[in-house]
Amino acid sequence: MSSSVKKRDRLAVSRPTEGAAGQTGSWRVFKPVVDKEKCNECGLCAMYCPDGAIDEDLMVDLRFCKGCGICANECPKKAIAMVREEK
Amino acid sequence: MFCQELVIIAEIPKEEYIEKCTSACAGCSSSLTLRYVLKAAGHDSVLVVPACCTSVIQGAYPNTAMNVPVYNVAFASAAACASGMSEAFLEMGKKTHVIVYAGDGGTLDIGIQSMSGAFERGTDFLYICYDNEAYGNTGMQRSGATPLGAKTTTTPTGKTVEKKDIDAIVAAHHLEYMATACSAYPQDIYKKVTKALTFRGPTFIHILAPCPPGWRYPTEKTIEMGKLAVKSGMWVLYEREHGKLTISAPSKAAMKKPLPLEDYLAPQGRFKGIDAKSLEILKQHLAANLKKLTAEEAQP
Repeated sequence: MSSSVKKRDRLAVSRPTEGAAGQTGSWRVFKPVVDKEKCNECGLCAMYCPDGAIDEDLMVDLRFCKGCGICANECPKKAIAMVREEK
Repeated sequence: MFCQELVIIAEIPKEEYIEKCTSACAGCSSSLTLRYVLKAAGHDSVLVVPACCTSVIQGAYPNTAMNVPVYNVAFASAAACASGMSEAFLEMGKKTHVIVYAGDGGTLDIGIQSMSGAFERGTDFLYICYDNEAYGNTGMQRSGATPLGAKTTTTPTGKTVEKKDIDAIVAAHHLEYMATACSAYPQDIYKKVTKALTFRGPTFIHILAPCPPGWRYPTEKTIEMGKLAVKSGMWVLYEREHGKLTISAPSKAAMKKPLPLEDYLAPQGRFKGIDAKSLEILKQHLAANLKKLTAEEAQP
């Protein structure tokens, strides 16, 4: 039994980790900037974000946001602007 | 309409089964689809992924972005592997969901024999085909799912033959449940996956997944493109339960007042300069398909 457990430890297993593909935020050319005044918290941006980079409180995780712009395009209130990243 | 959407968003679990973040392209609708598939399936599920975009975006060893067990297998064997897995779980008395998440190449072309076999044997699993209408992972080569007239790297002047009707092929296996969906309607995907997993036996969902680099449109238009596909009638959302067809609400609304097909084709670089003859054939087939589905739905 113990030998089989040992064997299992040595198996090549990938484990779920945040940032498994690196900090994908570095890919970004334009970043989403939310205008909280216009936002009515409908949550469509978080729903449509392909990478789940927008959380329940509608905060964008800029470490991972790839800057695709879907959130800005789908926002019914046009509360999100895509702003060019400063170098 | 807006309120209704809100209610449905609230029903969807908050748990994410994909850690931030995969290495999918910006604006990838396949990772959006996978988010909702896994939300519907829950933690007690296993993904079987043949060669496709999803097998390369998981992250680098020893890390993975996937928070459920994933079995990466060869192109032709996804459904065969899932069959074995499903039988093993049955033997062990486990109720784990076995889900094949395959691209259109792994479903319509290379994986079709193992899929057909598994459907015929009545294996208890869900087969999801996310369809970006080409081999996206290797740089957009034409597949059986590429529509007529679309340019890919192997059809630089536009494809000369039509898209394979995989839904008709699957329907001929007389599954208890099969459906089509589109990545632009995540609540619809969630509902259909949840429903499919309640059935014992094979079930199939075909999901249209617009692909920004492959279809050559800007990344922010992913959702718009999916909605245009449905609103123009090029993609019809429906489900077939015990052989009874029901057209889903977004497509029903689109049928009453369809957008012209050109509205869907024009923003896409792959349809740039499509000849009038191909356009005419696409339109004819679109109309014929809608007519066929409406007639089938009207049957008692």
